[in-house]
Order: sequence, then structure tokens, then C-alpha cells
Amino acid sequence: MISNDFSYLKDYGQIGVFLLFGLFFASFSLFLAWLLRTRNNDPLFPTTYECGSEPIGSSFVQMNVRFYLFALLFVIFDVETLFIYPWAVAYKSLGIIGFFEMVIFIAILFIGLIYAWRKSALKWEQ
Amino acid sequence: MILPVWNESQKRSALILFGIASAGAGISIAIGEIGARFSKIWACLSSFALKNSIPTALLTPLSMIIQCSILIGFISVSVMFMVWWERKVSAHMQNRLGPMFTGGWHGWAQTIADAIKLLLKEDIIPAEANPWVHRLAPIVAFVPAFLCYAALPFGEGLISADLDIGILYIFAISGLSVLGIVMAGWGSGNKYSLLGGLRAAAQSVSYEIPRVLSVVPILMMVGSLKLTSIANVQTGFWQIAGIPVLPKWFIFYPIVGQIAFLIFLISSVAETNRTPFDIAEAESELVAGFHTEYSGMKFSFFFLAEYAYVFLSSGLTTVLFLGGGSGPILPSWSWFLLKSFAVVFLFLWFRWTFPRLRVDRLMEFTWKFLLPWSFVNILITGFILLF
Repeated sequence: MISNDFSYLKDYGQIGVFLLFGLFFASFSLFLAWLLRTRNNDPLFPTTYECGSEPIGSSFVQMNVRFYLFALLFVIFDVETLFIYPWAVAYKSLGIIGFFEMVIFIAILFIGLIYAWRKSALKWEQ
Repeated sequence: MILPVWNESQKRSALILFGIASAGAGISIAIGEIGARFSKIWACLSSFALKNSIPTALLTPLSMIIQCSILIGFISVSVMFMVWWERKVSAHMQNRLGPMFTGGWHGWAQTIADAIKLLLKEDIIPAEANPWVHRLAPIVAFVPAFLCYAALPFGEGLISADLDIGILYIFAISGLSVLGIVMAGWGSGNKYSLLGGLRAAAQSVSYEIPRVLSVVPILMMVGSLKLTSIANVQTGFWQIAGIPVLPKWFIFYPIVGQIAFLIFLISSVAETNRTPFDIAEAESELVAGFHTEYSGMKFSFFFLAEYAYVFLSSGLTTVLFLGGGSGPILPSWSWFLLKSFAVVFLFLWFRWTFPRLRVDRLMEFTWKFLLPWSFVNILITGFILLF
């Protein structure tokens, strides 16, 4: 059944106005700061800050690969939470079948977590 | 006659507590009353427009813009208050006085002076930085924080956009702020910024999952994602033999409520990158983390976003676990603000109670402890609801 009531769209319009207003507020404040702020052309100012000493090497240092692993794990689990949300909202009408379906779903998730754990993907240092 | 004999320092503390309470009350009355009367003011305005044949199509955008202005005013004032409050609370927890001079009474104007100072500070873009990423990052960090306030119910009828998917919307939009932090870290061309930005991103996304999952038990019990209906379910009392014992807040649900509340609170603190989870900007190792190279107004936007998220998390905690605006006698918005600022106080208290976590322990805590427990909590709730 498709509802013909589109009044909820007004709320999203409201959010659009919020987005525009937030962007306006942020850029206007930065513009105001640009008008008011002091200016200094000291050649030392734009050097990279490294506690006062001369910067050593490039700023784009090699990063720990862990950051990517955690990002990947996040994507997996976040998508799965998205599946849990509609189930949670409809839970009371699903009854006992819904419960066991979710037990199986969460068990699979849990096995995934234990797999990542065993493969030491959750460990920061090797 | 038995009266407590107070010495000087006790009198001072009492006065300060009274001052903090009255300042908070004053600010909230000003904002809450404007907000609560908004619909009345609005009704007057639209009837005036009808009489004078002004097209009503013009009025809706005007109403939206007024709501935006009220909320941005609320965010600015509450952030200024929270910064001052945090300085006072941390000072008193360390047996100091904190700001005392600006404005006369207990340095109440300190944050205003700081804001003016930040406005006048010069702007530095490092030569190694990517200038446009560097410039845009504060905006990208702040705008989602502001957007989230659109769906936060400040009390009965005090909500700008009462979305059917309110809670999901807030989680989704607040997740966008990580982008601003990564942009700041990457665009600054500084080792500390880069590491701080990446740490902040890894931490935020890791704590996002237990945070989102800890709410699921509440959704199962309410059967709705709408924040106003979640708040409305929690009115009234649980009764034992006809005597009201506890308010029907979710935090008082046996076992499930407390586990969910703890997970939500811990991951909210971690989401906002606050101590004890502030390795993203750990002063002793990373200077200031992702905002090392920021100054002036651009820095103040990161600051604004952080405190806006602190209040947003407290507000969400109030709506989800502490009954939203439900309470006796006082109007609902004041109950909401009282409960929210009580949770904000918890945030400030944590800062001076717990030492900072090491990066590996931080990650293990969320993945190996909070995440399994939030799964278990969902299963327990499902089991309880079946019977």
C-alpha cells in the first residue's frame, strides 16, 4: 500500500534549510574573522609546527595499517546494524520467529567478530 | 539551635554552586520560554499575514529560518556556558578557582572574551597544507553537529523536524563529522595532525557501532525510531501495590536498561573524543591532534562542534534513557535541560576522574568488550519481550 501523504517531506525541507543555514553561519563567521583579524607576513609563520624545531622529512608519514583494518571492520558491522534497526522496530509484531531469526543473524555476526579476533585483526600491535 | 557553622571556603563553595545553578537556570529560562511560546507567536504572525493578504508560501521558509536562528543561538550560548562551566568544574575539582576576573562575578564573561579574541586572531595556513581542505574542514566538522539539533526534541512540541527516523538520522549525520576531522588531519600537512586525525577517525568509527547497537533494546520496546514517541513512552511511574516507585525511564528497566545506558554513555564520551578517550588530541604526545595547525575562528569551529556534540549526546541520553522532558510541575523543556546538563556534568566529571587510555586498550575495549555486550543485551531484550 502506497500512502499519498507527503507531509513528512516538509521535515526534510526543514533539514535542507538547516543545512543551508549552517553553511551560511559557518562561512559568514569565517568571513567576519577574515575582515577583522590581524595580519602578519612573518616568513616563519607558515612553517609546519613541530614543537619549535625544524620539521624533519615529509609530513605525510607512513601510517599503521591497523587504521584501514578497523575502517573495514566498521563498514561490515555498520551495515549489519542497519539490518538490525528495522527488525528492532518491527520486533513486537514478529513474535518468536523474529527472535530466532535474529539469534541466527547475531550468531553469524558474532562468529565474524570471533574470526577477526582470532586472526588478531583487533590487536593494535603484532 | 543547631545550625551549621560555615567557614569562609564553605561559604564560597556554596555561593559558587548557587551561582552556577542560577546562571544555568537563567540561560535556560530565557531560551526555553522563547521556544515554548514559538507556536503562539507563530499563530499570531500567520493570522496577521492572512488578514493583510501576505502569501503564506513566504511564511514557511521564514518559520524555518527563525527555528534555525533559535537553535544556533541556543548552541552558541550553551557552548559558551559549557566551556565556562567546564573550566569552573575542573578548577574546583583541582582545588583551584578557575577564571575569576572577566565580567566581575566568577569570570562569567571569560568565554565571551575568548570568543572575541579568537575572532581577532590571525589565520595561519601552513605552506605544506592543502589550503582548501584546510579551510573547509572546520565547516565540514561543524555543520553536521548543527544539523543533528534539528531532530532533537527539547521538550513537548519543541522539535524542529520530527522525523520518523529521528534516531537513525542523528546517528547518520553525526557520523559525518569524522570526515571533517580526517580532512583537518590530512589537509594540515603536519605529522601530529595526520596521526591525530587518523586516530580520531579510527576511534569514532569503532565506538559508533556499540553506540548504535546499544539503542536497539529501546527500539524493540518502543517499536519506533521517532524520538518524540521514544520520549513519550517513558512518562508515568512503575507501581508496586499502587504506590509509584520509579519513573518509567529506560535506565530503570531491570538489567537491560542499565547495560544499554552504560554502553551508550561510554561510547558517547568516546565519540566526542573527550578524556579519558582523547588520544586523538593527547597533549603529551600529539600537541593538539588534528587541530594543531588551526588558529582563530577555524579552531573555534572545531571547539564549537565538540561542545555541540557533548550537549547533543547528553540530550540524546536524556531522551533515550532519562524520560526526555517528563517530570512534575516544571515545564518539559526545563526538565530536559536539567537532565541534559546533569549528563554534561558527568562528562566533565569523567575528565578529572579517569586517566587516558592507551591506544591499543582503547580499541580492544570497544571491539572485545562493548560490542559483544551490546549483542548480548539485544538478545536478552528479545528474550524478555517474548514472555
